[in-house]
Amino acid sequence: MIKGQAWKFGNNIDTDLIIPARYLNTSHPKELAMHAMEDADPKWISKMQKGDFIVAGENFGCGSSREHAPIALKAAGVRAVIAKSFARIFYRNAINIGLPILECPEAAQEIKAGDTLEVNLADGEIKNITSKMIYHAQPFPPFMQKIIKAGGLINQLKSTK
Amino acid sequence: MGQTISEKILAKHAGRKEVEPGQLIECKVDLVLGNDITAPPAIKEFERIGVKRVFDRKKIYLVPDHFSPAKDIKSAQQIKMMRDFAKKYKIVNFFEIGCMGIEHVLLPEIGAIRPGELIIGADSHTCTYGALGTLSTGVGSTDMAAAMATGRVWFKVPEQLKFVYTGKLAKWVEAKDLILYTIGKIGVDGARYMSMEFTGPVIRKLSISGRLTMANMAIEAGAKNGIFAADEKTNAYLRKVHAGKGIIYRSDSDAAYKRVYEWDVSKIEPQVALPHLPSNTKPVSKCKKIKINQSVIGSCTNGRIEDMRVAAKVLKGKRVHRDLRLIILPGTQEIKLQMMKEGLMETFIKAGAVVSTPTCGPCLGGHMGILAEGERSIATTNRNFVGRMGHPESEVYLSNVAVAAASAIAGRIVSPRDL
Repeated sequence: MIKGQAWKFGNNIDTDLIIPARYLNTSHPKELAMHAMEDADPKWISKMQKGDFIVAGENFGCGSSREHAPIALKAAGVRAVIAKSFARIFYRNAINIGLPILECPEAAQEIKAGDTLEVNLADGEIKNITSKMIYHAQPFPPFMQKIIKAGGLINQLKSTK
Repeated sequence: MGQTISEKILAKHAGRKEVEPGQLIECKVDLVLGNDITAPPAIKEFERIGVKRVFDRKKIYLVPDHFSPAKDIKSAQQIKMMRDFAKKYKIVNFFEIGCMGIEHVLLPEIGAIRPGELIIGADSHTCTYGALGTLSTGVGSTDMAAAMATGRVWFKVPEQLKFVYTGKLAKWVEAKDLILYTIGKIGVDGARYMSMEFTGPVIRKLSISGRLTMANMAIEAGAKNGIFAADEKTNAYLRKVHAGKGIIYRSDSDAAYKRVYEWDVSKIEPQVALPHLPSNTKPVSKCKKIKINQSVIGSCTNGRIEDMRVAAKVLKGKRVHRDLRLIILPGTQEIKLQMMKEGLMETFIKAGAVVSTPTCGPCLGGHMGILAEGERSIATTNRNFVGRMGHPESEVYLSNVAVAAASAIAGRIVSPRDL
């Protein structure tokens, strides 16, 4: 069970907002994390705490294929991203690198900024401690659960090699 | 049940007779691509897998195009990592700057792409190759790493969308306008996770260059891929670039589409996508009094020789507005050479433009034309997100080549018709 605070963002949060291209001359997770969400909210990185959640609208992570985006969020300490929907490449990348993502339109709609959330990644249950609401995210197909359980695609490949 | 081109290509590469939307399948890939931003993390992940060789040293393409020629020390390190990796694993297709270009302009031009192939690239605009009847899609660095080791990748079979364009395009209306118009209609997630198949009489007349422009921006509607049925134009192009024939698939008449859009595009004007989404489109005539500081012509969307010819047609004998910078980025060295032969370089330089070496450069706010706070650029690129070309308080307006060239002369957004 993981507990943390919700940070709200809108629809179509693109990968340039998550990690601007001007910082992509490195792929070092810690360096990337320093600039996570910078063009959406330059102060966010100094306000957020390790273990917090991002809660966003439709099409989170649209745009570029840069894996640096989920890497930056994971390295910044984001425990999971809850959104109404995810853009295709971001969705793949998050699973492949082990950033938990939860697709749950109701939760993404109703959770307010600053709410305290408790999330069970195993069954996708999202508990809003502040509002006392409980939501259930779409479960991942078994095929993807295997990748997630292995800790990402590369670890899974290594274990089956 | 009939199958679409995209479904047929996926089925073939998964070793199945047919596939249906939602299925998870594992496919063989014909080509794996990476650039100087995405390949370095992929290389690190590849080394972690612990295999001794890549799946096929001729099918991996490494193109340093985003921050090259290396813009700073860190970028130089990234490119060096690619170069060393290519040497270590004897990867044939690494492109030094003397023979490079913007990856999605370069690969079709050197005959690396054929119809019926399945291609992945660690770059979202890998969908460009759908113009040749190829299923190509963007992935991240980890997928690239896994595919370099195994030659395989997993896919969810996408739902299918069909777009039918009828009528006749007006003067100065280009392929870019068709795709901006489409994204304006369906939104930046209107094709999220789906295939977009482009058809109709207007498409049949469209050049391969124009089809590459349209397929390139399928991702801006959230699509997995954009695709065109290969035809006589495709075959002529493949012959010209010595690509070989490939396998030509057609969608069955009873193929299932989630939705079919049909538009008569005779009356559409050149389109402009206002900040900060490619779907925020308006006809150019509705963009009044928008002063601009910069115009960028080029990129994987509009950096081909055909685009350069359109720009030259508008700029010939004219001068760029004195308060404005015009930056022209040819897609490849070959295109730059052709521009010299045709006298386009002279036209551009005399008009007051700068012509760069091939690079993604300012399109993603990398280098070679970054915007200051409060500045505006019109650009033939593909994204106008916040901070895309520089300062988070700058703005990007997307347009076709003719509008970007005309606007460079006027100093504000105009149609070439209004010059």
